[in-house]
This record gives sequence, C-alpha cells and structure tokens, in this order.
Amino acid sequence: MTVNGVSVSRRVEARQHLVDFLREELGLTGSHLGCEHGACGACTVRVNGEIVRGCLMLALQADGASVETIEGLSESGAIADLQRAFHERNALQCGFCTPGMLIAAAELLESRPGATREEIRAHLAGNYCRCTGYQAIVDAVEAAGRERVRRQA
Amino acid sequence: MKAGAFAYARASSLAEVFELLEQCGGEAKILAGGQSLIAALNMRLAAPAMLIDINGLADLAGIVASGDTVRIGALTRHRSVERSAEIARHLPLLHQAMPSVAHAAIRNRGTFGGSIAFADPAAELPACSVALDATFRIAGKSGERSVPARQFFKGLYETDIQAGEVLLGGEFRALQPGYRSAFLELARRHGDYAIVGVAAHAKFEGARFSDASLAFFGIGAIPVLAVRATAALEGNPYSPDTVAAVQSAVSMDLEPYASGDLYHAAATKLHLARVLAGRVVRALTAA
Repeated sequence: MTVNGVSVSRRVEARQHLVDFLREELGLTGSHLGCEHGACGACTVRVNGEIVRGCLMLALQADGASVETIEGLSESGAIADLQRAFHERNALQCGFCTPGMLIAAAELLESRPGATREEIRAHLAGNYCRCTGYQAIVDAVEAAGRERVRRQA
Repeated sequence: MKAGAFAYARASSLAEVFELLEQCGGEAKILAGGQSLIAALNMRLAAPAMLIDINGLADLAGIVASGDTVRIGALTRHRSVERSAEIARHLPLLHQAMPSVAHAAIRNRGTFGGSIAFADPAAELPACSVALDATFRIAGKSGERSVPARQFFKGLYETDIQAGEVLLGGEFRALQPGYRSAFLELARRHGDYAIVGVAAHAKFEGARFSDASLAFFGIGAIPVLAVRATAALEGNPYSPDTVAAVQSAVSMDLEPYASGDLYHAAATKLHLARVLAGRVVRALTAA
C-alpha cells in the first residue's frame, strides 16, 4: 500500500486492523484508538480518498490502496487552514479526537466548503469529543469553510 | 480490544465462496464492508475460524434500474446508495433513510447486503425493505432463490440465509405514480442505531391514503409491519381523527413485539413509536 505517498510493504497478521498497523508497524501515532468498535471516530483515516474507520478495516484489506493519515495531511499543508482555525477557536483541549475531527471535517469542506452548522454537525456526528462540547469545533470548521468560499470567490 | 486470530481468504468468485463456506462448515464468516463484523471481532463477540472477503466480487456491487425494478447489489456501499440519482428518483424511501445509516466514514465502507444480512433490529435498511415489499436474492452451491423481505427476517440477527448461502442483493419496485415515502427515526446521536424508527410508504391521491405500509424498527427483534395502522389509513384523509386512529392502531400492532434495550424500556419505545406514527402520517402528505 501507499501511506502518505510512500510505498510500504509488510507482512501482517490477518487480525491486525489498519490503525494498529499504522501505529505499530509504521510509527504513525497520529491516528488514535478510542473505542475500537467504530463509535468514536478517533481512528479516522483516508483510504483511496474516502474517510473510513481505521479500526473497522483490516490492514490487509488496504493492500494496494492509498492511505492518508493526519501526518500526511499535515505535512502536505492540505488542511493547514483548518488546523489554524481549530487553534484560533480553541477547538481542542486534550487533542485525542482532533486528528479524526480534522480528517472528517476536511472531507466535508472539500465537497461543501459552505456547509451550514447543521450539515457540519451531521457530518461530524460520528466523531466524539469529550472535552469541548463541540461548539468550538463547529465554529472552527464553519470559519475555515467560509474562508475557503471567500478565497474561491 | 483486539480480534482473536482467524484465517483469511480473498474470494475471486462466488463458486470459491461456496467452496470455502462448505470447507469451514459454519465456522466461516463473510466479510463485506466489515462495519459490524470487524467491530464484533474486535470486541470478541464473534470468533470465526475464517473470514471470506468478498470485496473483490465486483459483480455484486451496483445499482441497476430497468423498467419497474431497481436492483441493489449486496456489495453496494451505503455511500453509493446515498449518492445515487436512480435511488433518489425511484426509491425515495431509501434516499431519505441513508443519512441515518451510521456515520459518513462508516457509510463509505458499509454495504447494503451487510446491513440486510446482519439484520440488526435497529437498522434502517431492513425496515425500508420490508415497507417497500422488496425481494432478496440469495445464492448457494445448488443455485439461486428469492425471498420476500417480509419473510426474510426471522429473529434477532437471524435471517433466512442458510449455511453455505450468500446474499446477492435486493430487488425493489420503483416508486409508482401517486405513491409517497417518508422515513423518520429517533436516536440519541445522529447516525446512531435508532431508539425507534419508521419507514412508511403509501398512495396519497385525492387527499386520501391507500395501500400504506408502515414498518417500525428498533422496537422488536425484527422490523414490524403495523397492519392495523394500515387499515386505519385506508381510504381516509389526513385529519386529527386519522392520526389518532393510526396512533392507537400502532400501539396494538407493536405491543406484542416491543422489548426494551439497555437504555429504553419497552413502554418508552411504544410511546415514541406513537409519536413517530403521528409525524410520519403528516410527512406522507408532504413528501
């Protein structure tokens, strides 16, 4: 598979899921493991451009796929505006959910930068944050989206 | 938690799936989207000896509308159903239901067939299939067969799929003139499994209802068709009297099936089902 643009080849156990592979085999610890059964969204990564639960996909199912993690998206600068908005709005406290939040929000803003607060909430409903009460996260996503719309105009 | 060890096979044909299922004698599970199965493996609620990955069987994925029929392949991702113009036009009930099927990241991988075959009592697609009187196609080594959705769900996580068989997909009748659909569910968090929900379909012409079907989910072990509620709608206009009649009919329809879950008592669910019944009758006039 390709991870953040780098070709990677490993032999894995069938039972290892994608996020354990990323964290333990590749040392990419930005993808977090919260519930490990698909409820919390902390493990969100992109596979072939689409967001998925990294804990609900086996590593070997990503054979031949292109995987992007928060490390890759950060380094490329693709979500720098969104990260800045999170920082400015205090949209994180402990930061555990933040990589998943950013990746999920980035997907929404790519197709609908002008998403309403209701749409943002619906799209991020699969990502738990236990610190912020979500208000600041929605503020940050909305602000980053508006800025993108403004720049496109 | 982490999954226990299992063997893994990537099937390249249905024949190979049947062969592997037979070899494993009931100890194998089919891996499609994996959005319920891998969670169950991680929690060690399931411990199959082998996973048979069918994601390479491209023929099982896709949405085909021809004539009056819409076919959805078992391996079609929820996201494809959600975004399909054919589904929006011909099966508005499914189109309305899709945003409630889990969360975006799960819809990207979860499949139509997985949702049907797993048969979670609070899942949306089984209820929609029952409301629309869909038919499921199932195949085994000895051939294919069809089962009406209304006879497919047998009990809690139990379906008509027999050992050695695979769900191929569903067949729906496209929306007919004068018919309308409405979908409503109550959940603690958008995208979570429903506390209770309803998939409704009816003809609404000349301001009167006929040929309605209301399938409630999250209330019993399987989707429940509210047959007395259908009778209460038949030939009647939208009015406070009709709504009241439907609501009391729904109570009678659902009471024998109602069971509580970890968070909600059966009585709470019945109350919420009555509330949804009132809302869905109105939604059918507006749809």
